[in-house]
Amino acid sequence: MSESKSLRVAYGEALVELGEKNKNVVVMDADLAHATMTGMFQEKYPERFFNMGIAEANMMCAAAGFAHSGLIPFASTFALFGAGRAFEQIRNSISYVNANVKFGLSHSGLCVGEDGGSHQSIEDLALMRVLPGMTIFVPCDPLETKKAVFAAAEINGPVYIRVARPVCDTITTPDTPFIPGKANIMREGKDVAILATGLMIPEALKAADMLAAEGIKAAVVNFHTIKPFDADCVLKMAEQCGAIVTAEEHSIIGGLGSAVAEVLAGNSSAKFARVGIKDKFGKSGKPAELFKAYGLTAENIAEKCKGLL
Amino acid sequence: MDTEMLNSKAKQLRADIIKMLYLSQSGHPGGSLSCVEILMSLYYKVAKVDPANPSMENRDRIVLSKGHACPALYAVLADKGYFPHEDLWNLRQIDSHLQGHPDMTKTPGVDINTGSLGQGISIALGLAMAAKYKKADYKIYAIVGDGELQEGLVWEASMAAAHYKLDNFTVMLDHNGLQIDGSNDQVMSLGDIMAKYKAFGFECFKVDGHNIDEIVAALNTPVSGKPKFICCETHKGKGVSFMDNNYGWHGKAPNRDEYIMAMKELGVTVNE
Repeated sequence: MSESKSLRVAYGEALVELGEKNKNVVVMDADLAHATMTGMFQEKYPERFFNMGIAEANMMCAAAGFAHSGLIPFASTFALFGAGRAFEQIRNSISYVNANVKFGLSHSGLCVGEDGGSHQSIEDLALMRVLPGMTIFVPCDPLETKKAVFAAAEINGPVYIRVARPVCDTITTPDTPFIPGKANIMREGKDVAILATGLMIPEALKAADMLAAEGIKAAVVNFHTIKPFDADCVLKMAEQCGAIVTAEEHSIIGGLGSAVAEVLAGNSSAKFARVGIKDKFGKSGKPAELFKAYGLTAENIAEKCKGLL
Repeated sequence: MDTEMLNSKAKQLRADIIKMLYLSQSGHPGGSLSCVEILMSLYYKVAKVDPANPSMENRDRIVLSKGHACPALYAVLADKGYFPHEDLWNLRQIDSHLQGHPDMTKTPGVDINTGSLGQGISIALGLAMAAKYKKADYKIYAIVGDGELQEGLVWEASMAAAHYKLDNFTVMLDHNGLQIDGSNDQVMSLGDIMAKYKAFGFECFKVDGHNIDEIVAALNTPVSGKPKFICCETHKGKGVSFMDNNYGWHGKAPNRDEYIMAMKELGVTVNE
């Protein structure tokens, strides 16, 4: 049976392992080391860990300073306060000069649950996607989180890793490739293609099962990289299936669905529908309740697929 | 270089600044003219830099956090030989390596991209933390503007500098008292800046920001276990009588008549 683990714990463990192998890796946090799990790195390598206090903008610029000094900083906080509050610091001090800073931003999306709308980052992918040179990873399970951390360290330039909070089943294998910019086809199908990312991957697989029971063969593709975007894969699936449904735990504006729409527009006549948060803020509740309330479920994905056929 | 030579160099650099801004018909004369001696104290007297090797590993890092004053930085870098002097006349032009705000990826000698206020000092903080972590002995200098102190990020960075006991880190304030919309006091009072920086845990100095000897003395005063703050009292538009202490010259290029008049005051005759 595959291991279940919170992705933030997987992130913390990956940092510790990476830190052992790569002595240039340093880790920064903004007083959330016990939530983002960078505290695991702090415990192992206290001299390579820097708490910047509750000052996310300063953390991002300081991270640029570390990068310009030949080090590889991983800066962590909640996604909303990193990608959101410190957006312009990331834009001007990091992305604009291709500074070698990595962001492991946690508690993304609705899965923060009870903390409510003020803490639920449903726009981080949109914000990061407009920055030239930014790489964006959205891991779907503990294994992929580890692969994303190690891949980030190999890239020369900024990398955003969206780290979800909940405990997740491991649904990939150690041998599953993780090639930045290359989507993984997790299930073949010819009737409709579900293109999903992050926590919506398990929902997409469930939706494919539900559709299969009705004789509909749905492909499921894991877009673990949102940028650079695998446009070839989108067009291939569009041609193969003629119908595309995207699924993401993010605003329906600016994330995976938008990226796919940008590829399809003018290039494909495939039918197309999106599952995501419909231009609304989040609210308090248990993650599962919120996913249901906002339509981020296998049932809704299956429904959208059938609507296209 | 003795004091007399430095003063004549300052005049020449100011003339370069005015000519750059006149030719590009855009840019920021006031704050460029006010920080000439601050930059000279570093590049001509104190900082360990090598124009032949701009990315020398052990060089001191100079971060012009008030990036809009980059014409002054460019004039100094050209004079030091980082790039050909005639490049100055392409300031802000398409395909020029001299961008409207400092760009480390384009201009030899620019250590850090700045221009979005508050970010330069914060990146400089990271450089200083990294230098401590690496046990390197180079120093980091951040030059900030007084209007820039209104950015909260400046204080986030300053708080961290004291917390991490960065005695390799010096913040130099170009205190000319003016910003785009008027005086600091009209726009957003800064209060007692020296007391604020002292309270933030810095060793504080106040100097005449147009007196290189005074600036150098403060720069060379050793501090231990805490960062250094030097309040440099300056005049916006220093060296050109009609720009001096006039906020209207924050971000306006001179027309031809103004250019000729300014250059004359700086000892350069322009053929009409």
